[in-house]
Amino acid sequence: MTADATGTAEEAARFHALLAAFEGQPAATAGRGKDAVNEPMIRHWCEAMGDTNPAYSGPDAIAPPTMLQAWTMGGLSGHSDRSSAYDELLALLDGAGFTSVVATDCEQEYLRPLRPGDTITFDAVIESVSPRKTTKLGTGHFVTTRMDVRAGGQPAGTHRFRILKYAPAARPAQEPGPRPKTAARRPRPVVNRDNQGFWDGVRDHRLLIQRCTSCATLRFPWLPGCNACASPDWDTVEASGAGTVFSYVVLHHPPFPAFDPPYAVALVELAEGVRMISSITGVPYDKVRIGLPVQLEFLRVDDDLELPVFRGSEG
Amino acid sequence: MNVGDTLPPLEIAVTRTLIVAGAIASRDYQDVHHDTALAREKGSPDIFMNILTTNGLVGRYITDRLGSRAVLRKVAIRLGAPNYPGDTMTLTGTVTAVLGNTVEIRVVGTNGIGHHVSGTVTAEVAR
Repeated sequence: MTADATGTAEEAARFHALLAAFEGQPAATAGRGKDAVNEPMIRHWCEAMGDTNPAYSGPDAIAPPTMLQAWTMGGLSGHSDRSSAYDELLALLDGAGFTSVVATDCEQEYLRPLRPGDTITFDAVIESVSPRKTTKLGTGHFVTTRMDVRAGGQPAGTHRFRILKYAPAARPAQEPGPRPKTAARRPRPVVNRDNQGFWDGVRDHRLLIQRCTSCATLRFPWLPGCNACASPDWDTVEASGAGTVFSYVVLHHPPFPAFDPPYAVALVELAEGVRMISSITGVPYDKVRIGLPVQLEFLRVDDDLELPVFRGSEG
Repeated sequence: MNVGDTLPPLEIAVTRTLIVAGAIASRDYQDVHHDTALAREKGSPDIFMNILTTNGLVGRYITDRLGSRAVLRKVAIRLGAPNYPGDTMTLTGTVTAVLGNTVEIRVVGTNGIGHHVSGTVTAEVAR
């Protein structure tokens, strides 16, 4: 399905229907602030903001009310409380090319002051996902969440937050300073509970195919249930690695960062019968043909990413 | 305090240090708030201030002007033109409603490229 920033209005509407299905689902459940409200974090905040309000220091100190969200942040170790629905929504947007994020709105209501020692818990819900919008930054969707924050179990505040998930517009004509030296990274796969096993296999240099344990039908890509008999039970078989090119396209345009067109993208039929989309190595793009025998290998893309690809044998 | 009263403006020098310090103090490690090269890769000319810092500065502006006994009840902001390093943001406020001890103030933060922030703050002021 094409749902990217250049898709038609009809495609955009279809894509928005998928996004809107997330409205009302939890964004975070039973979240816990990683730190209780504490004097050092309050002081660091006040130093950064240049805020000398005496209410924020001394024996009866309260936290600056506008710190509300800071107590719920995941920090460098990330959000362990985020719901799978929210992760899936963001992954859906990432997959459609809306990879950048910027916060646009923050509405906070403070019901009681937070004091050092207060433990923070919170729940959040996905309130709304907007239709496709085009802004100065680029085209994307606004995602609004509403969080209820509690201190010591008692309601302490509400926090409504809106982000824009967008595909950046063309870069500014003149960029200040030198161009970044870091090469563009290949897109990351979206790993979720339905396909975790596949990527675990890739890490061990094994290409795993799901097999239904009720009717033995093989399936790929990984799915929660069997297309043939609807059984949710499965195990895996390891692909031998042999295959042939079932079909392919050569990509000339548009260019994506981290890819160097023209290049071939192939639908490879594995010896086991299932098909997967992958890159062909070892053969120039214009020598890839239907029926070309290929053999699985693993391509180390960068420090964090390894991918199964297929090496063609010429002639 | 009456409807239509304006608060004295507050000028904030948007330094690289303020952007990074505000991001870290708010536990926001998004690279666009501290890593120039990665911010550029994402289509931004430079790093820019995160919304939590803007929120904190708006809160500071109100309590600086109303006094430390003022209690913030609600802060609702919308961001527009980003705060990039080297810019100056001027916060201004206008009283839009007064009800008993409660005042509502319209806040606008203007930088060199436009309105960085606009919003409404509700606060209780001591009598």
